[in-house]
Amino acid sequence: MGRYIIRRTGAAIATLIAASIVIFAFIHLIPGDPVYVMLGDGATPEQVAALRQRLGLDEPVIAQYFIWAGNALQGDLGQSVFFETPVTQVIADGAETSILLALITMVWIIAFGIPVGVLAAIRQGKWVDQGLSGLAMLLASVPTFWVGLYLILIFAVGLGWFPSSGYPSIFEEGGLSNLRYLVLPSLALAAPNAALILRLTRASMLDVSREDYVRTARAKGIRPSRVVVRHILRNALLAVVSAFGFTFAALISEAVVTETVFALPGVGRTVVQSILRRDYPVIQGVILIIVCLYLVINLLVDLSYRMLDPRVELE
Amino acid sequence: MSAPILSVDDLVVSVARTVDIVRGVSFDIAPGEILGLVGESGCGKSMTSLAAMGLLPPALAVSRGSIRLGETDVTRLAPHERVEQGCGRIAMVFQEPMTSLNPVLRIGDQIEEAIRVHDPDVVPAERARELLDLVRIPDAEHQLSAFPHELSGGMRQRVMIAIALACRPSVLIADEPTTALDVTVQRQVLGLIRELCDTLDMGVLFITHDLGVVAQLADRVAVMYAGGLVETGDVVPLFGQPLHPYTAGLMGCLPDPESDDPLLATIPGSAPRPGGVPDGCPFAPRCPRVQDVCRRGVVPVIHTETGQAARCHFPLNREVAP
Repeated sequence: MGRYIIRRTGAAIATLIAASIVIFAFIHLIPGDPVYVMLGDGATPEQVAALRQRLGLDEPVIAQYFIWAGNALQGDLGQSVFFETPVTQVIADGAETSILLALITMVWIIAFGIPVGVLAAIRQGKWVDQGLSGLAMLLASVPTFWVGLYLILIFAVGLGWFPSSGYPSIFEEGGLSNLRYLVLPSLALAAPNAALILRLTRASMLDVSREDYVRTARAKGIRPSRVVVRHILRNALLAVVSAFGFTFAALISEAVVTETVFALPGVGRTVVQSILRRDYPVIQGVILIIVCLYLVINLLVDLSYRMLDPRVELE
Repeated sequence: MSAPILSVDDLVVSVARTVDIVRGVSFDIAPGEILGLVGESGCGKSMTSLAAMGLLPPALAVSRGSIRLGETDVTRLAPHERVEQGCGRIAMVFQEPMTSLNPVLRIGDQIEEAIRVHDPDVVPAERARELLDLVRIPDAEHQLSAFPHELSGGMRQRVMIAIALACRPSVLIADEPTTALDVTVQRQVLGLIRELCDTLDMGVLFITHDLGVVAQLADRVAVMYAGGLVETGDVVPLFGQPLHPYTAGLMGCLPDPESDDPLLATIPGSAPRPGGVPDGCPFAPRCPRVQDVCRRGVVPVIHTETGQAARCHFPLNREVAP
């Protein structure tokens, strides 16, 4: 197990280095001089020189990369051109919203996708299954922002159950009750992903239920509910767990849209605004952190896969 | 002969109540007796055994006839319903040991699961160790914590037998349990089944297409063709003097080491598919002794003094005028 973790971590670090080169090169892919692009046409030569020096663009390219990467390793992602504050600060400001949104969304996905997928599989071909599978198909097909807009229309504007936009921190007045601001956004974000997990759980359950060892389990005379949970679901989850890595990637890109629709002060909205403001250090910093998160989550998925399936060898 | 422990009477298994896969099969098994059920692939052997277990796939159902375990009618009961009603016990060893064990559960857990259902008064871990000893798995203590992929095919099939025995069955169904194993392991597993049958006084329904295995192992034989039985009898007279031309044909297909002919004998034609079984004798289109009468109506069953029975108008080895 230890050697496996070391090997997988090594692979993750190699991926991170490759990604960091791409992220670094990104600033040099901007047509023309990035400093003019960031400052606009009205910049004075002094401002241009100052920004160029601050971004380290007067050094040779190789040296620039090592300086940038070295600083990043020490937790310094540079300065935001727009806010004039450290990039880490800009990201930290949006982190609470984004992390809570992601967590609540994952809870919806797991709490809805897996049990309902199991139910649909058990009732395969019955009206329950057809209804649920149809609903899943619908949810997986419609874009997140569209679901978001309809949720606002029905539950915020129409029924007034939840606020339609914004999010005050849970550390401010209102405390945990501020989480109600995240209910609709997390539902919008969860809908397509929960639908995918539902469909995957259902398909995987049906696959496994045709396995010989499920027949062996039935032959023992154990209760059908036990056959489902211990023999079918346990094996069906192997496929579902490995999908969570991809679900996370989908969440990141869809969170950008969702945070914009619900005007949430999260990292996703920060990215969108930074792109519009041509605040390249922020964009680079956010992408680098997302890459790190993605690698960590996939590492965890691989490790949990190893724990769930004894056949996965450590080599 | 003592009272049968498993009686199958006029069993019909159909797909969607229209196409019959098994067409009126009847047989009895006594305690301590091994009945070999022989036939080509697709003749309905496995479906007969799954019906007896109450494990037919969802698309199939018993549409006629009965299955009795001892005194109890279990025809349409699933295994867990049989446990709830306290019926006689029947267990099964499947054809493919590589896929018949749950890959993510330890061997011990899989055996103990069956023990808890059928033997609530014993300590499951101890009984599981006893069972592994009984099926001759060395180092039982260690193997209980192994996962299926860590065992060889022969060992897995022994585990399957242990799981079956954990149900304390009065009847064991073995569906081609040695087909996937190599020859030496095959012999060991067959020896084990014979021994368990004798010591535990179980009835065994042994399903195979391998006549050699049947001759070696079974007490009685039932030959199945196109969903129905064509001949039954004790193993020695049946193989010595087969009555039904299909039985004789099957035996003729065995390689003869003394023959100079380089080609293996075959039965010309192929077995009818379910739904396409002709009127009269289903073997008529391929039968060397066929007459017009074979192609229509119900074919009578003839019996011999030695207890053999065959469904044929013109049986072999009999002084019946054709």
